[in-house]
Amino acid sequence: MNKINKLKIIKNQALTDEIHLLSLKVSDPLEAKPGQFFLLKMNERYDPLLGRPLSIFDLEGDKISFLFRVKGKGTKILSKLSLGEEIQITGPFGRWYPFPQGEFAVIAGGIGIASVFYLIKKFPERAYLFYGARNLSEILFYEELKNLCKEVFISTECGRGEYKGVVTETFREKGLKLNLPIYACGPMIMIKELRKILEENQSNLQCFVAVEERMACGLGACLGCVIETTEGFKRVCTEGPVFKIDELKL
Amino acid sequence: MKPNTEVKVGKLILKNPVVTASGTFGYGLEYSQFFDLSLLGAIVIKGLSINPKEGNPPPRIYETPCGMLNSIGLQNIGYSYFVKEKLPFLKRFDTKIIVNFFGENLREYIELAERLNDTDGVHALEMNVSCPNKNSHWRKMGLIPELLKEAVREVRKVTDKTLIIKLSPQVTDIAEMAKICEDEGADAISLINTVPAMVIDIKTRRSVIGNPVGGLSGPAIRPIALRMVWEASKVVQIPIIGIGGIITAEDALQFLIAGAKAVAVGTANFINPLSAMEVIKGIENFLITEGIKDINDLIGTVTD
Repeated sequence: MNKINKLKIIKNQALTDEIHLLSLKVSDPLEAKPGQFFLLKMNERYDPLLGRPLSIFDLEGDKISFLFRVKGKGTKILSKLSLGEEIQITGPFGRWYPFPQGEFAVIAGGIGIASVFYLIKKFPERAYLFYGARNLSEILFYEELKNLCKEVFISTECGRGEYKGVVTETFREKGLKLNLPIYACGPMIMIKELRKILEENQSNLQCFVAVEERMACGLGACLGCVIETTEGFKRVCTEGPVFKIDELKL
Repeated sequence: MKPNTEVKVGKLILKNPVVTASGTFGYGLEYSQFFDLSLLGAIVIKGLSINPKEGNPPPRIYETPCGMLNSIGLQNIGYSYFVKEKLPFLKRFDTKIIVNFFGENLREYIELAERLNDTDGVHALEMNVSCPNKNSHWRKMGLIPELLKEAVREVRKVTDKTLIIKLSPQVTDIAEMAKICEDEGADAISLINTVPAMVIDIKTRRSVIGNPVGGLSGPAIRPIALRMVWEASKVVQIPIIGIGGIITAEDALQFLIAGAKAVAVGTANFINPLSAMEVIKGIENFLITEGIKDINDLIGTVTD
């Protein structure tokens, strides 16, 4: 049953200039699966009007966390809320990542880590993580991820870190041969590149990606968040946010 | 004592004056996980056409100050699928089902109205006069009085169910359009549909949504909608369903006092799935506090 919860902020921390970690205290037990999201309503005012869809970054005990990049008016307000304030979260919504059966590969680009962290945590010591960002300071939770994963491959565009260049190149080099199902989240350009790599190598590996789109209701009613797929428009909030990569029209 | 909240819209008796606005409540199912749909005065179903419609290319929505722009493009599952897959579920609830409908031309409007008239479980028809077909002159049926007149007249001939006309705010004189509906035999009118509007991304110099123009909804348009309801209510006797940015009971009460017999909660459903229910409760509380025994004693009581 989806629920509407008013939860108290117990942490709202800037991890970089743009990326914030928001933690809320869970009162009633919340159940949500990796890849699902909640709608966060920043305040009771009408501007901004709508909630913001954010993936579950982490859920443990009485704490739920969201990792987000400050991009516009809504996320800016969200980033400035104080400890103790309450916000309304509605959800969880959406299709989650199909649970991996054994080991699995994860590709995260930038803030895409927000969607896959919980998956990695739920299935510890089974993930090979390919994590890329513009520079090293945007690689977050490195120590934790190292402990949770089988192996972590860090790529940065500036060249610091183990691999220079985009994360998909590192994956091409080191990841394909692992022959594992793939879970990916990152900018569209990363998803496109990933598909190209899979196609070029005639790979038939299962590949699940989480995408984002502007949303209003979050629950499938407004049809505002559709994306193009091979079977026509599909709602990111309901048929997604996790799709098979070959379903997407990129 | 619980005040009377029943209102009559055409042949329909609504248990309370709160309905859901078309396009904001899907096919009902989506919201049934949050509250008992039987509490609603009526559910207005997302705009339906004879055949399924794919809708406009994304991105389809954009947030604006106190509102939002949408260009969904009337995406819907089509009549047959609706009747087979959605209607049986809706019939389980003790509320009225109003189907919002449209066509690519007047012939399609008539054909669908005929079918809906014969469909068990559909209690009323809400005719969306914003025809989406870019090439048909019926595209302007909501904007040009003569076209509206003919369209309402022809659709009226094929249904004896309650016929509601949902009007566009994009007209010179809303009272005139309302009067045409009344004269041509409509049972009620819904006021207002979204307001055509636009936002431009200055970097790409393109509209922020897939279709250059979208429909503006939310609290931003509420005072406009209220004014239009008030103007129309002065010239027609048929019931008006007030729509436009209603979020709270206070908003809804303004519409009722202005002359609306019922109100539709729309964009508010996106912000809080319980909005409609909260509006119903708030109206009841207001009646109790004000010592009003029957909601009908409140409707249209605004003084100049």
